[in-house]
Amino acid sequence: MIQFEKFTLSNGLRVIVHQDLSTPMAVMNIMYDVGARDEHPEKTGFAHLFEHLMFGGSVNIPNYDEPLQIAGGENNAYTTNDLTNYYIQLPAENLETAFWLESDRMLSLAFDEKSLETQRKVVCEEFKEHYLVKPYGDVWHKMRELAYKKHPYRWMTIGKELSHIENATLNDVKSFFFKHYLPVNAVMVVAGNVTVERVKELAEKWFGDIPSGEKYIRNLPQEPEQQEERRQIIKANVPLDALYKTWHMPSRLDGRYYVVDLLSDILGGGGSSRLYQTLVKEKKLFSNIQCFHFGSTENGLLAIDGKLVKGVKLEDAEKAIENVLDQVKQEVIMEIELQKVKNKTESMIVFEDMSVMSRATSLAYYETLGDAAWMNFELAKYSAVTTQDILDESRNIFKNENSNTIYYLSEN
Amino acid sequence: MIDRKQSPHIVDAVDFQLNLKPYQKFVLDNGVEVYAVDAGAEQVLLTEWVFAAGNSQEDKNLVAATTNYLLRNGTINKTAFQINEHFDYYGSYINRACYNETATITLHSLSRHIKELLPLVRELITDSVLPKEELLIYQQNMKQRLKVSLKKSDFVAGRLIDAYLYGENHPYGKYSSAENFDALEHEELVDFYNKYYREGKLTMFVAGKLPSDLEQLLNTYFGDLPFSDIPVKQTKVEFASEKKVRITNDPDGAQGSIRIARPFPNRHHPDFLKALVLNTLFGGFFGSRLMSNIREDKGYTYGIHSYLQNHIQQSAWMISTEAGKDVCEAAITEVYKEMEILRNVPVDKEELMLVRNYMMGGILGDLDGPFHIMARWKNIILNDLDEKYFYDSINTIKSITAEEIQALAQKYLQPDDFYELVVV
Repeated sequence: MIQFEKFTLSNGLRVIVHQDLSTPMAVMNIMYDVGARDEHPEKTGFAHLFEHLMFGGSVNIPNYDEPLQIAGGENNAYTTNDLTNYYIQLPAENLETAFWLESDRMLSLAFDEKSLETQRKVVCEEFKEHYLVKPYGDVWHKMRELAYKKHPYRWMTIGKELSHIENATLNDVKSFFFKHYLPVNAVMVVAGNVTVERVKELAEKWFGDIPSGEKYIRNLPQEPEQQEERRQIIKANVPLDALYKTWHMPSRLDGRYYVVDLLSDILGGGGSSRLYQTLVKEKKLFSNIQCFHFGSTENGLLAIDGKLVKGVKLEDAEKAIENVLDQVKQEVIMEIELQKVKNKTESMIVFEDMSVMSRATSLAYYETLGDAAWMNFELAKYSAVTTQDILDESRNIFKNENSNTIYYLSEN
Repeated sequence: MIDRKQSPHIVDAVDFQLNLKPYQKFVLDNGVEVYAVDAGAEQVLLTEWVFAAGNSQEDKNLVAATTNYLLRNGTINKTAFQINEHFDYYGSYINRACYNETATITLHSLSRHIKELLPLVRELITDSVLPKEELLIYQQNMKQRLKVSLKKSDFVAGRLIDAYLYGENHPYGKYSSAENFDALEHEELVDFYNKYYREGKLTMFVAGKLPSDLEQLLNTYFGDLPFSDIPVKQTKVEFASEKKVRITNDPDGAQGSIRIARPFPNRHHPDFLKALVLNTLFGGFFGSRLMSNIREDKGYTYGIHSYLQNHIQQSAWMISTEAGKDVCEAAITEVYKEMEILRNVPVDKEELMLVRNYMMGGILGDLDGPFHIMARWKNIILNDLDEKYFYDSINTIKSITAEEIQALAQKYLQPDDFYELVVV
């Protein structure tokens, strides 16, 4: 059970305090309810580029990193399709430094032309390093475009193309900031060696007078239900053929999410999972195979991907995957197999919760989803899943008309 | 109104008293040393078996790593699937890893399941058969994985720079080829297993919420095994003669992997702890000279880092980055410029204070929880050091002077001493 206290400032900023006196550190986690899905289709990659600009100085503080480092702190940030998260860890004595820095960033950025210019270049290098240079690096771009026709999940957080980032202007940056980076669109978690009183006092002092702004109402084009299977072939200079398949799955807020999460573990979660055992070890069709899902807030994708053993035909490999899926669609799995993936999930949650930082991020995440208290009900939701649920959901999801397949062929 | 331009009062991290929670040590009936740290609120355990079975011990490339990999893939009584299923069922994570001096088995588990898991770990150590069938699958899949890796410039650069620094015959410098995988023989693996695991040198580390009967438990399962005291083999370092190398791995590559490195002594050398401070200033954190110049000012790269390699016998000082193909040479020029500045100009007070505070805050944050505390101890113990090393490192951070840092830069940050490699 993770204990916490929650209050809301008059400008709408939600604040959560989680005390843990066993650490000498304090953690501040600010999650903004904005991700790549909130971008304009012609200006993609913006939420992420913006995350970089958040370190280019704020209206009263020219350099963000330096004072934090003097205070013995460390920070970082990440952007997903759903949200943007900023986190700091520092010695608890210097907690106020975190308040000072983060509140000024929420108040306003410096909007410096030079910083924009540099970060455009840095992000372009990141784009190249992670998506262009790497073998198979473009596959999830292509998969998203194949699986989503309307919903903005059809592009990656890094952006659809380099030019969107290269063309970003200071005006774009400003309007993005004042639309999304507002107290009403944020959740702040302060955790570690802190007291509720002190956090209240500091939150009022540093964040209390930031104008609330207008709450961003998300109104995204919804993805129509997929009616027919989609397939694509990519040929590239890669050493091995690879197979990628995805299926649409329920949103994070749907009860069936937990069923699919466990299902993905049954199929592809480690050494005793079905796909690995059957296709890598017994049939030797794949050199590696995995099953996972995107963890998206809205309707997401369940994915299976693997690289083929040299000489194996893609059609045969795909057929073999279908056979494994047919088994979970036709027969109720044994209770003991379900218990196994539930046990794994339980220990994964316990291991994650060992770190204060991870607990703080989880609280912010669940509060952004709807309620921080949900964090404490996760395990019960997994426990409630039955073998019949697994059967039903396998049948729902693994339909041809719900599937997207990419054959990634080696040119060599 | 608050003055937002004014930073709140900052307590200097250098004034903190940092303590490394001591370990408990006990010795099993057969002489195996166990180091244990009892800490943390969660009911979890990390148990680690460290064998003197690293790459240094093998006579033929990949024998150590392959033996280590196959430990989990079959015993006299159980198939790989049954082994995995057992560990999975109890929600535990069993991993193995092969390093240069050591090879390990690691078990993460909830404390309440430990009694169900230890017997099977014992079986891995006493009764593994390293099945031939599993070896074939491993050879095939590893060759395929290697093929993919060899397309990546960072992978190629990482292998080559180590070969320049230590020689291709040294455990720190050797790398694998498809032919090496093909040449593996089952009997060699079994011999290696018998010598370095079943009767090898074992040291154990345990961290987390320790069961009250831990010593007895470990004695039951590991205290009767015939371990011995095998020394780690030593190999002579052979430096490459060519210092500057440019390689085209992929003619269409958009980025170059840059590695600039020089040999550096190990942790026992009096300059080592001081060099850690100079390194942090140079390229060891986000606010470092290299990062500020080459990423934040020039935008040549997504990131640039310098570090001292984590080796026991002999280390190297490494600068590593991936940069746009057409700015690689410009990036290298800037790296040498930053070295020159460090040699010629003493670091000013504020920046040095910042580095001190950053490093102290980092250590403080890193001592978070039993697993991290144990990781520090393990590093100290396996490097044949003691707690004095930890407290010396803190004193060095607190007290090193700008003059000492400059002298160190003059001694070590000399471009002529560095190997320089770009792989596109």
